Amino acid sequence: MSAAPQKAKPGAEKIAVNVTAVVPLNDLVTRFEFQRSDGDLFPPFSGGAHTVVTMDDNGRHRLNPYSLMSDPADLTTYAISVRRDDEGRGGSLFMHRNVSVGDRMTITYPVNLFSLDLRARKHVFLAGGIGITPFMAMIAQLEHSNGNWELHYACRTPALGTYVDELRYKYPNKVHIYYDDQNQAIRLEDLLDGQPLGTNIYVCGPKGMIDWVHATASAAGWPDANVHSEEFLAPQPGEPFEVRLCKSDKTITVGEHESLLEAIERAGVEAPFLCRGGSCGQCETNVVSHDGTFVHRDHWLTEDQHASGEKIMPCVSRFAGKSLELDR
Amino acid sequence: MTIQFNDETFRDDYSFHNSDWAIKRFPFPFHEDSYMYAVNMEQHRGGPEGSVYEKRFDVDEHYISEMRDRAMVLADDPLRCQSLPHMTLAGWDLLELIMVSKSEDYPDLFELHRDGDTWRWINKPLGIDDTFTFLDETTLPYGPMEYITRQTQGDFCVLDQRDGNLWMDAGTVTTQADWSLDFDIGMNFFEWHAPVPLAHEKGIFERALKFLLNIQQGAPARRLNWTMTVNPLLDTSPENYHKWGVQKTTLTPENIGAKQHLRVELQTFFRLPRSNGLVFPIRCYLCSFQDLMTMPKWGRRLHRVVRDLPVELATYKGFIDNRPMMLDYLSQFDDGLPTSPGIFPDFDTEPALQK
Ligand code: HEM
Ligand code: FES
Repeated sequence: MSAAPQKAKPGAEKIAVNVTAVVPLNDLVTRFEFQRSDGDLFPPFSGGAHTVVTMDDNGRHRLNPYSLMSDPADLTTYAISVRRDDEGRGGSLFMHRNVSVGDRMTITYPVNLFSLDLRARKHVFLAGGIGITPFMAMIAQLEHSNGNWELHYACRTPALGTYVDELRYKYPNKVHIYYDDQNQAIRLEDLLDGQPLGTNIYVCGPKGMIDWVHATASAAGWPDANVHSEEFLAPQPGEPFEVRLCKSDKTITVGEHESLLEAIERAGVEAPFLCRGGSCGQCETNVVSHDGTFVHRDHWLTEDQHASGEKIMPCVSRFAGKSLELDR
Repeated sequence: MTIQFNDETFRDDYSFHNSDWAIKRFPFPFHEDSYMYAVNMEQHRGGPEGSVYEKRFDVDEHYISEMRDRAMVLADDPLRCQSLPHMTLAGWDLLELIMVSKSEDYPDLFELHRDGDTWRWINKPLGIDDTFTFLDETTLPYGPMEYITRQTQGDFCVLDQRDGNLWMDAGTVTTQADWSLDFDIGMNFFEWHAPVPLAHEKGIFERALKFLLNIQQGAPARRLNWTMTVNPLLDTSPENYHKWGVQKTTLTPENIGAKQHLRVELQTFFRLPRSNGLVFPIRCYLCSFQDLMTMPKWGRRLHRVVRDLPVELATYKGFIDNRPMMLDYLSQFDDGLPTSPGIFPDFDTEPALQK
């Protein structure tokens, strides 16, 4: 059928917003609040959803995903909390240094790759550092429906405990905080042991923490389906490499500090994407030929697909070698 | 335009009929002279004015009568509408989606007035004016999904999304092409599609599922599917096969033009924002062969498609036994001329039948 044929669009639908608040929370983390430029309400969203923020950095477009951390019941305001990453490629630095109240920006509709399992009798949240953000929205959502939850939140120091005071104040019996500098650690085995049947665990934090939670839960006999994780992979810098885009008949060079996807977009070639973090699958691209090694970093392709050299996820993965030709 | 609603039946005396308007906008599902399963999805963002693709939820002349038929099916068999306990939030999502869409797309027929969580819903064709509290089930006469699907044409599967799959955990299904919600409830995408021939081998379902898991808020999609039905029956369920299956044997060369219907499903896909579920409305359109033949392009094409359809598909769709009789009838409307590409009838530009 072809009533109105359209090809896949890059990215989710976009919303023009005004920055209505910039709230520094501690040395590293700042909250940004948005309202729609057209004065309408935002679309509803579910806890765990993220939005992709477009930054106009002197003509260079940066697109970074951030978890929505505001209360999903409040459709007047969306909020994100951004941790400054001094070694990264600059998106978070741009937010911290250049964005101020009154600025106009573009964000996407919410996309949820980390949603609550609504069948769960109980939700146990495990947060590490800035990984607290999706849980802020999930907690608000569950509070509206009398959901059963508890939070275990590991922070480096009390000074860097983003939202610790607020959480402790509102939910004194459900929130448990662990400070690294005081040698406090989540006792995961014990925690898993005492949970009622039908409990789901959610972890968001550094890769090491996610792997540890999956491994520990699995060893304790938890089904994989009850253990959920979200790790936003920021694209990593790497050696520049050259790529031939066959369909569009262009040869591009991927710079040290940009992702393959960004380089494709910079060349004016439209490529699909959603999460820009290696987990949604939308940017999957066929490899026509290659002579070299892939640096696969996504969570989407299977190990076999990684080994086959037939596919690459350009939002996070790179290449090193003589030549690479893509079907794009 | 204002819609003149028909007073008609989809059972017993089968007084169902299509006006000229309904025939012209019938969603003929074949864009070329042959048919095979494909991952035929496209965005659902409007379509030509007056077409069934234009609005998010199409309302047509059959609306009131279809809702009456649904109420009868549900009265006989309450299991046609089921919602597992964790799907209530998705039900509210669906209610909101439909109320907002219909009140915006058909302001003369439907009104939604929202004051915080207090909502007033006016459905003029069905004479409903209800005030309720959003997200409070006790303020509606049915659960939110049942309430709104009793007022919306088409079947509804409400899917939970988890573990990289979709799960049929709720739905209202009274106008289905021979499958059962009660049987499929709780199944995942691959399980409920198990009976479909050829498509699994072609990898269609893997690709379709990947597409569906990525459907985003504000970016719905759609596809068409089709089958054949003798008599304009909406409820061709396995539960009632004993009633309608036999009707397939009543076809004769004399009555086939009036009795044999092409049954087309306009299937749409919407992400549900609060639950992160997915809703899959399946809207059924029926058109008799003789009405279809008033469009010369459709006459030529339908003959070629039915003639060349693989045996597996004709068997699965349940018309393999009647295919010879259908072809005898349809061949009268195929003069061998080429057809224009696309699904629309192109009545003004396609040549009249040359025989
Ligand atoms: C989540 C959305 C969907 C639901 C709930 C759904 C449900 C169903 C059901 C219940 C059947 C009948 C199976 C039986 O015989 O018992 C069916 C058939 C089928 N489905 Fe889906 N489906 C969905 C999406 C899709 C998509 C995206 C495709 C795309 C290729 C697809 C392709 C088919 C095909 C080809 C058939 C056979 C239909 C025929 O020949 O009449 N389905 N589907
Ligand atoms: S954009 Fe989501 S995996 Fe690449």
